[in-house]
Amino acid sequence: MDIAPYLLLATLEGLVQASVLMLTALGLSLVFGVMRVVNVAHGEFFMLGAVAAWVCASLIPGPPYVPFIAALLVAPLFVGALAWASDWAILKRIDYNPEATIVSTIGLMYIIQQMTLITFGPDAQAVEAPFYYTVRFPWFGYSGYKFFIIAVAVVLVGGLLYLLRHSKVGLYMRATQLDRETAQNFGIPVTKVYSGVFAVGAMLAAIGGVLVVPSQQAHYLMGHDPLLLSFVVVIVGGLGSIPGTIAAAILIGMSDGLLSVFFSPTLAKIFSTLLVALVLVFRPQGLFGKAGR
Amino acid sequence: MSLRNKKLFLLCLATLAGLFVLQFLLSDYLVLAFTRILILAVFAMGYNVLMGYTGLVSLGHAMFFGAGVYGAGLCSYYLGTSLPVAFLAGILAAIALSFLIGLLALRTQTVSFMIVTLMFSQAAFLLILYFSEFTGGDQGLTLPTSARSFSLFGLAVDMTSGVARYNLALSVFGVVLLGLFAFTQGPVGRLLIAVRENEDRTRMLGFDTYAIKLLAFTVSGGISGVAGALYGLMFGYIGSAFAEFKISIEALLFTLVGGPGSLLGPLVGTGLMTLLIDRLSGVTTAYLIVVGALLVVLTLWFPKGILGSLRDRWLPWLK
Repeated sequence: MDIAPYLLLATLEGLVQASVLMLTALGLSLVFGVMRVVNVAHGEFFMLGAVAAWVCASLIPGPPYVPFIAALLVAPLFVGALAWASDWAILKRIDYNPEATIVSTIGLMYIIQQMTLITFGPDAQAVEAPFYYTVRFPWFGYSGYKFFIIAVAVVLVGGLLYLLRHSKVGLYMRATQLDRETAQNFGIPVTKVYSGVFAVGAMLAAIGGVLVVPSQQAHYLMGHDPLLLSFVVVIVGGLGSIPGTIAAAILIGMSDGLLSVFFSPTLAKIFSTLLVALVLVFRPQGLFGKAGR
Repeated sequence: MSLRNKKLFLLCLATLAGLFVLQFLLSDYLVLAFTRILILAVFAMGYNVLMGYTGLVSLGHAMFFGAGVYGAGLCSYYLGTSLPVAFLAGILAAIALSFLIGLLALRTQTVSFMIVTLMFSQAAFLLILYFSEFTGGDQGLTLPTSARSFSLFGLAVDMTSGVARYNLALSVFGVVLLGLFAFTQGPVGRLLIAVRENEDRTRMLGFDTYAIKLLAFTVSGGISGVAGALYGLMFGYIGSAFAEFKISIEALLFTLVGGPGSLLGPLVGTGLMTLLIDRLSGVTTAYLIVVGALLVVLTLWFPKGILGSLRDRWLPWLK
C-alpha cells in the first residue's frame, strides 16, 4: 500500500487547520504585542464569527455564496465593533492593567458565551459551504473550499504584514509596541491605536470563525479549542512576535492533526496545555525567540 | 503571649458563635446551603492567602480543590480507608501537588503566572478525564454507604445527617479560620504582604521572596485541598466537575466580592455569591452570565470588595 496519499491528505488537512489558526492566533498575538494584555475572550470572538456566519446563512436567501460573502463582511464588522466597545467600556477604564484585564476578559468571555446560549440555544448549527468544487488528485478528491480557506488566510496575513511594515498605521502600531510613552510624546494617538488593535485582533478571530463554519458546526462553546491553540501558538512562537506566531501556527496546525491521529484528542490537549505552561516557565521568550536582555 | 489585632480575633470568635447558633434558626434547606457555603469559604480562604495577602492571582486553584476531592475520594473508594484517613490523604495530595506546581509556576510573574497556573489546572482536569476508567471522569464516582459514616475518639458521625454535616463543616471552618488568623496576623503574614506590596524591596531587605511565595502557595493549595477533601467525603461524590476552570473562577470571584486580603472577606463573598447563584440557577441555565458581569463590575468599580472597602473607610483592623 502506498503511503503518499495519506501523507498528502494529512498535509492538506494540517494546512487548512494551520491557516485558520494563523488568523486567530495572529489576532491574539497582535493584541498582546502592542497592548501587553492577554485577551481571554478571544475564543469567543472566534465563536461569534461562526455564529454570525450561521445567522447570515439562515436569514439571507439565494445561493450559498451570497450569505457567505455577507458573513465575511458582517461578522468582522460586528465583532470588531463589539471589541471596540469592550475596550472603551472596560479595558480603557482599568488602564490596561495586565492582571485586571485577564479577570475582566474572563468575565467578558462568560457574558458573550451565555448571551449566545440565551439567544441561539445550545444546539450546534451546520452551515453549507459557499461553493462545491472538488479538486481531483489521482487518489482522492479534495474539497476546493478548503483551498479557498488557505488562500484567504494567506492573503489576509500577507496584507496585515504589509500594513504593519509599510503603512503609517503600522508604524504607529510598531512605535506603540516598542515604547508606549515615547510614542505618545511623538504625538501618536496611543489610546486610539489600542482600541484599533483590540478591534482588529477580534476581527481576525471572527474571520477565522466564518471560514471554519462550513466544515465545523457553530456552537456557543466552540471558542475553547481555538483559544487554547492560539495560546499555544502565541507562547511557543514568542509573545508578541508576529513572524514567530506565523511559524508556530504552521508548525502546530500541521502537527495537531498528526497528533490527533496517533493519540486521543484529550491526550493531545494535555500535551498542548503542559507545553504552554512549561515553555512559559523555562523559556519565556518562546521556543524560537531570542533571549531578551 | 500577646495577641496581635485583638478586635479581629474577637470578631472571628463572634462569627463562629453566630454560625453555630444559625443552625437552630434556619430551615433544613438553608442549613444544607450554609454547609456548602462553609466548605467553599474554606476554599476561598485558602485562595485568599495567595491572591489577597501575597498578591499572586492564580487561575488554577481548581486543581488543588480537585486534588483534595480525588485524594480523599479515591482513597476511600478503592482502598476503603476510614473517612479521617481519607481526609488526611486528600490534604496531603493537595499539599504535595501545590508544592510541586508552586516550584515551577513561581518562576514566572503576573500574566505568565496566571496562564501557567491555568494551563497546569487544565492539564490536571484533562488527566482526570483521560483516566476516566479509574477516576469516573465526568460521570464521577459515588462513595459506598460504608464510607458515609465514621467514628473518631468514640464519637460517631453520620454523613447523611444534615446537622452532623453542618457542625463538621463548621469545625473545619473554625480550625482553618483560627489557623489563618495566626498565620496572616503574625510575622509571616507581614512578609506575605511585603511581597505583595513590593517584592524587590523585600528581597533587598534580605528575605528569600521565592521561599515566602512558595510557602504561601503551598499553604493556599493545602487549604483548598482541605475544602475539596471535605466536600467530596461529606456529600459522598467525586467527579471531574470539581476540577473545572469554573471552580478556579469561583474562588477568585468569592474572594474578590468579599475583599482580597481580609480574613473574613472570603466567608462574606462565598455566602453572598452562593446564595445568589443557587437562586439564579433555579431561574436560568445561563447563570454564568451573572458571574461574568460581576467579574467585570468588580474589576472596574469595586476592586477591594466588601470588607476591603469597609477597611479603607472605617475599620483599619479588618485585615
